[in-house]
Amino acid sequence: MTAPLAVLGTAISAAGAIVLAFLGAFETRVTLTPTGTIPVTIGLRADDLSTMVAVMVTLVALAIQVYSVGYMKHDVRYPAFAALVGLFTLAMLTVVLAADLLMLYVGWEIMGVCSYFLIGHHWEKPHATAAAIKSFLMTRFGDVGFLFGIFVLGVAAGSFRITDVIAAVPAMTSGTVLTGALLLLVGVVGKAAQFPLHSWLPDAMAGPAPVSALIHAATMVAAGAYVVALLYPVFLSAPLALDVLAVVAVISMIGAALAALVTDDLKRVLAYSTISQLSVMFAALAVGGRTQAIAHLLSHAAFKALLFLCSGAVIIAVGSNLMTRMGGLRRRMPLSFLTMTVGFAALAGIPPTAGFFSKDAVVASAEHHWFVFVALLLTVGLTAAYTTRAWLRTFFGSGPDVREAPKLMTVPLVLLAVVALLLGFAGLWFDELRPELLSAVLSVVLAGVGVAAVYLVWRRDPAKDPVDSLGRLRGVFGSAFGTDTLYERTIARGVMRVADEVVRVDDSVVGRTVRGTGRGTRSLGGLLRRAQNGNAQFYVTALLAGVVVIAVGVVILR
Amino acid sequence: MHVVYPAVLAALLFSIGVYGVLARRNAILVLMSVELMLNAVNLNLVAFDVWLADKLGSGQILTLFVIVIAAAEVGLGLAIVLQVFRNRSTISIDALDELAEDKQ
Repeated sequence: MTAPLAVLGTAISAAGAIVLAFLGAFETRVTLTPTGTIPVTIGLRADDLSTMVAVMVTLVALAIQVYSVGYMKHDVRYPAFAALVGLFTLAMLTVVLAADLLMLYVGWEIMGVCSYFLIGHHWEKPHATAAAIKSFLMTRFGDVGFLFGIFVLGVAAGSFRITDVIAAVPAMTSGTVLTGALLLLVGVVGKAAQFPLHSWLPDAMAGPAPVSALIHAATMVAAGAYVVALLYPVFLSAPLALDVLAVVAVISMIGAALAALVTDDLKRVLAYSTISQLSVMFAALAVGGRTQAIAHLLSHAAFKALLFLCSGAVIIAVGSNLMTRMGGLRRRMPLSFLTMTVGFAALAGIPPTAGFFSKDAVVASAEHHWFVFVALLLTVGLTAAYTTRAWLRTFFGSGPDVREAPKLMTVPLVLLAVVALLLGFAGLWFDELRPELLSAVLSVVLAGVGVAAVYLVWRRDPAKDPVDSLGRLRGVFGSAFGTDTLYERTIARGVMRVADEVVRVDDSVVGRTVRGTGRGTRSLGGLLRRAQNGNAQFYVTALLAGVVVIAVGVVILR
Repeated sequence: MHVVYPAVLAALLFSIGVYGVLARRNAILVLMSVELMLNAVNLNLVAFDVWLADKLGSGQILTLFVIVIAAAEVGLGLAIVLQVFRNRSTISIDALDELAEDKQ
């Protein structure tokens, strides 16, 4: 009963989002309880950007719900899973369609807690709970900044309504805008898993594959890019914030691509690639390419959802995440092979897939900004390289004898593959998204170099991992340049020390006060208990004495 | 006759009653002391009724009420005292301290 309900609910919301997309821009709102100062409103705000993203979110969520019915067939906790995926989708829609920044923040936080529950879906496994806690803490760390960014902008604008805030940006002092933009960026970096808050995302692979698809394609990490695009005027009037965003994006895209190149876990490869692809969106935003960033967001949603769902099909068939256990799946899982090839091609930016068009638009938008441009081109080459490696190691060579996934899982795969293949052509309607010759040729050549390099290394010995030749660098890349260890040695240790101290103070000061209050009350009660001797005459005497005292007191003090 | 004479007398009677209730050990004497207090009240009621020349005589009527209540109370009170004596062979109020907090 759960499965039809979950699918039907998501389908209805998808239909609603599509209707919304045809309605045109509008905004509704009701003022929540009067706050005395800045009013908090609840409202729906639909424009081209938000309805497009809403359609994307609901359609990907629908594909994931259908797929999950097959994927989670033997899981006793499927109902809870389906409900949480639904809540997650709802929270993302809240972020996308909110008319008020505080309402947006509500959706933002619900996503955080849903990701915590979903990543920790297999809570009997310690690494899943550890990953859930890690993602929760790291994104929450960023959310503190995000919330304060909202406060700064809302107080400066005198309203939390998004349209009001954007309208008020020109009147704000540059310091206010910069503070607000940088604080928002902290939250965006956390949710979108950019450097230096990137390390929760690869660990989040402990959740089931549909969850990864949801988090990576449609919801949580995309919310960061969406919010920057939504509040773009704020960032445009704070150029320093855009520069910071550019630096963060460049570090994240190259670092994550290098990490993806050497990782052996198929889902972790995709996770690192998500970090890298999100950085591509942020790079576009940093150089002024808002449309390009959104185009890449949409096409990335299609092909990344496809890739994760395919990897789920492969993993469930093979029974392992590790690519060393895979190989040769081309003949045994032809449909998964075909769809995942489309996904990989889109990720690598091979024409004519959606990934090619959107990534090329991003590269073209960065032409005047050499720093980002070079980083983007480098990333294009690296992306093609790690994509080829994953593709070759999963589907070619020799491997286990497995069967194709059930139909319920392959249908969403085929549909997503069609979208990933054709979505790019929709971009031809927009001026900003048409491929430019220089960037298109450059990125295709670089992607080809990446593919060819890995292929040549692989062909020498198909049984071996092509990145074995990297030697010691492999370990460095694989640990994402040791950031986790660094955090553990510095931040985690410091926090632990502070926490120990807090526990000690809590016990010695707070606890002792509480226990002392109890003990004091008891001893005071013991004193009073002596008066209760069971002699009725004594009680009456005390009563009379009391009456006399009160009467005298009243007379004297009147 | 001035109202102060019966009032003073009533006050004396009442005080004796209070003293008896508070100081006497014997339950019957305590009951008698209560009667003394009630009679002091009665005396006051009658005296002030006359003093204020109440046309309805409400003080006297209340006195009748009090006398009836007092009679009933003594009837019940003596029955209780008898029962206490049968059960514990004492009617000393000091000895009846079962409701005291446990000695610690």
